[in-house]
Amino acid sequence: MNSSLISNTLRFILLVLLQVLVLNNINFAGYVNPYLYVLFILLYPFTGNQSLFLLLSFLLGISIDIFEDSGGINAAACLVAAFVRPNLLRFSFGISYDHQNIRLSATPFGAKLSYVFLMVLIHHFVLFSLEMFSLTHILIILKKTLFSSIFTVILILLSLTLFSRKYR
Amino acid sequence: MQQIFNFLIKNKNSILFLFLLAISIFLTIQNHAFHKSRFISSANFVTGGIYSWSNSINTYLHLDEYNERLLEENNKLRNIISNINDSISVEKQLDSTSFEGDYLFRTARVINNNFSKPNNYLTLNRGEKSGIQAEYGVITSQGIVGIVDRVNENYSRVISILNSNSRINAQLKNTNHFGSLVWNGDNPNIVQLIDVPRQAPLQKGDTIITGGRSLIFPKGLPIGSITDFSLDQTQSYYTINIQLFNDMTNIGYVYVIENVNKKEIKALEKSEQ
Repeated sequence: MNSSLISNTLRFILLVLLQVLVLNNINFAGYVNPYLYVLFILLYPFTGNQSLFLLLSFLLGISIDIFEDSGGINAAACLVAAFVRPNLLRFSFGISYDHQNIRLSATPFGAKLSYVFLMVLIHHFVLFSLEMFSLTHILIILKKTLFSSIFTVILILLSLTLFSRKYR
Repeated sequence: MQQIFNFLIKNKNSILFLFLLAISIFLTIQNHAFHKSRFISSANFVTGGIYSWSNSINTYLHLDEYNERLLEENNKLRNIISNINDSISVEKQLDSTSFEGDYLFRTARVINNNFSKPNNYLTLNRGEKSGIQAEYGVITSQGIVGIVDRVNENYSRVISILNSNSRINAQLKNTNHFGSLVWNGDNPNIVQLIDVPRQAPLQKGDTIITGGRSLIFPKGLPIGSITDFSLDQTQSYYTINIQLFNDMTNIGYVYVIENVNKKEIKALEKSEQ
C-alpha cells in the first residue's frame, strides 16, 4: 500500500511537469498536442477508494489548468474520465475486473487498446468542447479530439511498454 | 432522516463528481469572460517559479537570435538619432520622444507563451516589485504583444493579442481610419482588424499601427501589414487580415509600457461625466 502511495505521488508530479514543460510546447501541425497526463487516471489502482480517486483526478486537472491559464477545462475533463472509468474497465476487461486482480501490463493488447483509446477519447472530447465553448465549432472540436487522441494513445502505449515491470 | 443519510452515503461518488464538475465548469466560464479570471492563473509563486526556471534554460539556447534582434533595434535607433535635425538638441529629443504622451518603458522576459489555443496568455518574470500593474501595454521591438491583466509580487500575466477576448485600437498608417484588432483563433501570425469604415483607402501591404485612442499603447507602434481584406455582412465595414511584424510564437524579451499620465486623464474623464 505504501509503495503504491509513493509511486502514485511521484507519477502525479512527474506527469504534470512533463506535460507543462515539454508536451504543451509540441504544437504539432499548429494544434496537435499529446495529453500524456491522462496516464495517471489510467494507472490509478483499480481497487482504490473511488471518492479519493475523483478528488485526485480533479487536482491533477486543476494543476494543469493553473499552468495553462485555461480555467477549469482540464479539471472537468479529468473528472469525467475518472467518473466513467469503472464502466469502461468493465466494458474492456469484462468479468475479470470484478475479481480485481488484473494488471494492465498483463492484459491482452486488444482489451488494453480499447480501454486506453476510449478513456483518452472521452477526456479529449470534454477538454476541447470546453476549450472552444461553442457548438458552432463542433467540426474543429472533433478534428482536434481525433488527432490529439491518436497522438496521446500512441504515447501512452509506448510509455506503458517502456515502463512496465516484468514479473516472473 | 435516516433515508436521506443512506441516500447520501450510497451516492457519495456521484455527488462528489457533480460538485467538482460544477467547480471546474464555473472556473471555465470565469476564464471565458474578459477581465474576470480572478481565481487561478499562472502568475503565482509555484507556477511562475517553475516556468522561470525552465525558461532560463530555453533563453540560453536562443541567445544568438536575441542578440541579432538587439543589433537590429540598435541599428534602427542609431538611424533615428543620426537623422535628428541639428537645431533640436539631443537632450530635448530624449525628453519628448516621438510618441505623443509620456510613456515609461520597462524590460521583462517572457517565461511562458501560448499560441495554439483560442485564448492565449503569456507570463512575464516581472511583477509589482518592478512597478508593473494591470492594463500596461506589452510590446517587442517589432510589434505589439498584448496587455497585462494580472500581477502579483514577482510575475505578471499578459492577455496576448492572440486571445478571443482581446480588442486593441489600431489604425492605418497612411490615413486616420481606425478599427479594433481581434483574432479569429486560426493562424498565430495573422490577426484581424474589424470595423474599418468602407471609405478607407486600402491596399495590400499597407502598414497598420496602434491608434492611440486608448491609454494603453502610444500612437504609432507598428503592428503588421495587410494581406487581404473584405467587406463584412453589412457591406459598410471592412474586415482586414493582417500579417504581424513580430513572430508571436517566438518572443524572448519584451517592453512593458506605462502611461504616466493615465491617472490624470482618467480623473478628468470621470469628472466630466
